[in-house]
Amino acid sequence: MGIRFVLMVNKQGQTRLAQYYEYLNLEERRTLEGEIVRKCLARTEQQCSFVEHRNYKVVYRRYASLFFLVGVDNEENELAILEFIHLLVETMDRHFGNVCELDIMFHLEKAHFMLEEMVMNGCIVETSKSNILSPIQLMDKAS
Amino acid sequence: MALSGMRGLSVFISDIRNCQNKEQERLRVDKELGNIRTRFKNEKGLTPYEKKKYVWKMLYIFMLGYDVDFGHMEAVSLISAPKYPEKQVGYIVTSCLLNENHDFLRLAINTVRNDIIGRNETFQCLALTLVGNIGGREFSESLAPDVQKLLMSSSCRPLVRKKAALCLLRLYRKNPDVVNVDGWSDRMAQLLDERDLGVLTSSMSLLVSLVSNNHEAYWSCLPKCVKILERLARNQDVPQEYTYYGIPSPWLQVKTMRALQYFPTVEDPNTRRSLFEVLQRILMGTDVVKNVNKNNASHAVLFEALALVMHLDAEKEMMSQCVALLGKFIAVREPNIRYLGLENMTRMLMVTDVQDIIKRHQAQIITSLKDPDISIRRRALDLLYGMCDVSNAKDIVEELLQYLSTADFAMREELSLKAAILAEKFAPDLSWYVDVILQLIDKAGDFVSDDIWFRVVQFVTNNEDLQPYAALKAREYLDKHAIHETMVKVSAYILGEYGHLLARRPGCSPKEIFCIIHEKLPTVSTSTIPILLSTYAKILMHTQPPDKELQSQIWAIFSKYESCIDAEIQQRAVEYHALSMKGAALMDILAEMPKFPERQSSLIRKAEDAEADTAEQSAIKLRAQQQTSNALVVTDQCPANGTQAVNPLGLVKVPSMSNAERSNAQQGATHANGALTVVDPQLLSTPSPDLLGDLLGPLAIEGPPGTGPQIESRMASDLEGGANADALAIAPVEEQTQTVQPIGNIAERFRALCLKDSGVLYEDPYIQIGIKAEWRAHHGRLVLFLGNKNIAPLSSVQALILPPSHLNMELSLVPETIPPRAQVQCPLEVINLKPSRDLAVLDFSYKFGTHVVDAKLRLPAVFNKTAVEAARSGQRCKTYATGEMANLFISFRMMVCPGLDPNTNNLVASTTFYSESTRAMLCLVRIETDPADRTQLRMTVASGDPTLTFELKEFIKEQLVYIPVPSRAPNPGPPPNPTPQALPTSPNPSPPSAVSDPGALLAGTVGEMNNTMHGLGWRE
Repeated sequence: MGIRFVLMVNKQGQTRLAQYYEYLNLEERRTLEGEIVRKCLARTEQQCSFVEHRNYKVVYRRYASLFFLVGVDNEENELAILEFIHLLVETMDRHFGNVCELDIMFHLEKAHFMLEEMVMNGCIVETSKSNILSPIQLMDKAS
Repeated sequence: MALSGMRGLSVFISDIRNCQNKEQERLRVDKELGNIRTRFKNEKGLTPYEKKKYVWKMLYIFMLGYDVDFGHMEAVSLISAPKYPEKQVGYIVTSCLLNENHDFLRLAINTVRNDIIGRNETFQCLALTLVGNIGGREFSESLAPDVQKLLMSSSCRPLVRKKAALCLLRLYRKNPDVVNVDGWSDRMAQLLDERDLGVLTSSMSLLVSLVSNNHEAYWSCLPKCVKILERLARNQDVPQEYTYYGIPSPWLQVKTMRALQYFPTVEDPNTRRSLFEVLQRILMGTDVVKNVNKNNASHAVLFEALALVMHLDAEKEMMSQCVALLGKFIAVREPNIRYLGLENMTRMLMVTDVQDIIKRHQAQIITSLKDPDISIRRRALDLLYGMCDVSNAKDIVEELLQYLSTADFAMREELSLKAAILAEKFAPDLSWYVDVILQLIDKAGDFVSDDIWFRVVQFVTNNEDLQPYAALKAREYLDKHAIHETMVKVSAYILGEYGHLLARRPGCSPKEIFCIIHEKLPTVSTSTIPILLSTYAKILMHTQPPDKELQSQIWAIFSKYESCIDAEIQQRAVEYHALSMKGAALMDILAEMPKFPERQSSLIRKAEDAEADTAEQSAIKLRAQQQTSNALVVTDQCPANGTQAVNPLGLVKVPSMSNAERSNAQQGATHANGALTVVDPQLLSTPSPDLLGDLLGPLAIEGPPGTGPQIESRMASDLEGGANADALAIAPVEEQTQTVQPIGNIAERFRALCLKDSGVLYEDPYIQIGIKAEWRAHHGRLVLFLGNKNIAPLSSVQALILPPSHLNMELSLVPETIPPRAQVQCPLEVINLKPSRDLAVLDFSYKFGTHVVDAKLRLPAVFNKTAVEAARSGQRCKTYATGEMANLFISFRMMVCPGLDPNTNNLVASTTFYSESTRAMLCLVRIETDPADRTQLRMTVASGDPTLTFELKEFIKEQLVYIPVPSRAPNPGPPPNPTPQALPTSPNPSPPSAVSDPGALLAGTVGEMNNTMHGLGWRE
């Protein structure tokens, strides 16, 4: 299945976006997010970007105050996911212009749209930024 | 366009953001939820815009971790909105909030289908995405043909088709038949001719999933994959938008190579040549560059290429190139590359025979074992374990041992098991092996399972040359100030057997050995005392001419334990005492142990069988008795012999057991002990490569067969406190019952687990459920280990927790199938809300073949688990008024506090109990006994919480009443038969002032008691 979840969490451990590709109930999500965030936030810049947790491998990357965490299974290429995170950030950058935590907070729906254009059912659907952004532009026009 | 155009939403988000603490946030969220709820109630007044706004708020609140249990209908209803913005919100929020089994989702099937077959391609995309993310079986049945049509349609634009591909993947996973139509594989191949890289990316994920299940059908796709790879590698016809830092879609390259790894080989020589050209180009042409992103992307491709080369087992030339690259990677500073280098090197060990080249990097790998990053350390450990062989075992194991003392808690368990296995597998000489295991026990005793020390005993027993050495080592360890209980066991055993070989050395006279062992007795638990008693008997036997003083000392101990509450200890004490009176005859009875038959190591087999996990492999699971239990509901019958087909985890087959013995064996613990007299050499030498078989060895400790019946029964129940012997009776081959029987007594296992933190909860011929618990204050983390013992998968696995009201329990997802011989771990979080003795029940069911087994198991999340010894390893009382009782309290995690009560006949224990309602709460218990009349005792319980006081009292009472083993003969032992009138039976009427029961000498308020305790110098 590949990608199991995508999380965006700030330095204080507050979730800014959570998208799961396998069903977990609220309590399970809360626990999982808590555990993973604790683990990842405690790591230093010199440590690698992969953390093994339960049955997941978490690939994470930090941009200023925001952590992007992607949980994958054994079927994924870690570095490819690491760069996929960067692709996501670049895509957001293109849309928001120098994206920051606040953009994602206040435009949660757009962040969701973008992610939804990029990942579906735990697999990567699209990696072309203009293709990813076109439905959002369509929506902006409509509103 | 500022702030999404939804002002209310933005205001809400700012409010949340400005909240100072969690409490404020909760208040704000509750207010908003109330608001939304009222708005939704009079829905008629809502504009689509408002609905959209509220639905987003709901998603936001849900993301913050609050339960949103209403409004799902509104989200779903937005799906049928005519306008794009509303519809989009409906689709996205629905797929976030609901799961595939949600009822509301069914309501939307028709709308979704209409959108999929409709003309509006943006609507098509939304609908396909929803189905792709949360579509269930029903969607699969009604939508699969439509989705396939879209995917293959030439008139459809790529933006729809790429979604159709992944949507189909979801439907296929829900129902594999959707692609089992004629000509589907041709269509799949045709799909790979696509030029659009978006469609290719998602189609490749679909292909990976299909070939991983059945590559045979998709051979025709293989050359197409190679073509795609060539196109990307040569950067032909790749639009700029799909180039990432100059690399043509690294993600598609990676996926394509992943797909190729599911084909066993590449047969066609031309395809093979082209593929290897591409791979060669990747291996040679990937340079380290400054730009991090480019570097990562190119290395992502490189690592995938390495994996593919390893898989295809290419010409030696390319393989050595791979090893060289990996060797370079594990030495670089960049942690990501080093991590992946180690991981892939481990993978390489499995695929090909390149051990020698990898060994050259050993020093480098050991450096990584000490890396500050745990992710890297874990990879290094895995690799070291994999690359270990006779030539480097000594170095590697010594490194592991050295690392053990500094390793973090999370890794010790794995580390010690791996070290033990390697030491055994590759020991250059046996004395080294003994050294390693003893060091292991010394450094990480808590993580050394019984199997490990049983194994070392077997080796020592079977090798005469080793015996003096082992005895000397054991003697040395006893000199250490504080040693682990396992060390006490193993050294006492070895010194009992072989201590006399050291007689001439200083400090090793029988008397000295006895003294140093006996010093440890007050520190050990009930399970160790029997071993110590045997050791004393052996020491006595070896002391020739008899030393009168030593004799009287040991006899005094025997007579002390003759009234022990534990049946096993008592029986031994009585028998040894009687036997040692016989003088020279003792020599024959307690002769040296015979050699053990050679068997495969249980450890190694364990490692082969399943992912290693020491904790739940303790001997508990061997305390098996075959017994029907009403806890097990069997809905289907199992064919004879079916259960015996595979036997990986250690069911014992005893082929030569006679009928009489069998019937004996069924009569329960005591009688089964008698049955064990059949430990005749022949039986033991029948190769029974079982875990249990290994353990049976030590059972025979006390002497050759043919001695008096008393000895035999004791011998049978040696070591493991009595129940082991019954294991022999587990599964006589002919005695196939018609149903799936649990192995071992479920109630017995439960009881044992109440007093310890890991062990086996349930076992039957198909599955073993182990449990391991960690408790911190009122939080508990239990892990259920579900081990499939067979070579066929267990399906329809379901686990339901039925928690009592005082426990908050959360079981993580249990997979529906457990693959053959695999072990699945399911963490279970427990929060103790308030004191209560009620139990949680695990309703567990699975299907094996046609048998459905459903077991309802009590979970050992019991009262005492959230208690914490008030003082850690404080000084323990050496002269217990009632030693057994003290042991019992210690096993409840209560601290026995000697000296608090001037009357030495009384026992005072304390503990701190944690729950959410009581927080940390000190509890005190006093047991008063009258030495003249031990049939009565009085218990006083005090704490600051009335419920807690009552529950604790009842709990201890239950435990005390249970102590006498049912089979045990009437016995004058100290506190086993508390009579009802002696025990406080009525709930305390109005605590805390009346916490103590009528007549309690400690009467007084809790406050006073606490003060007294502190006044008396409450000690760490």
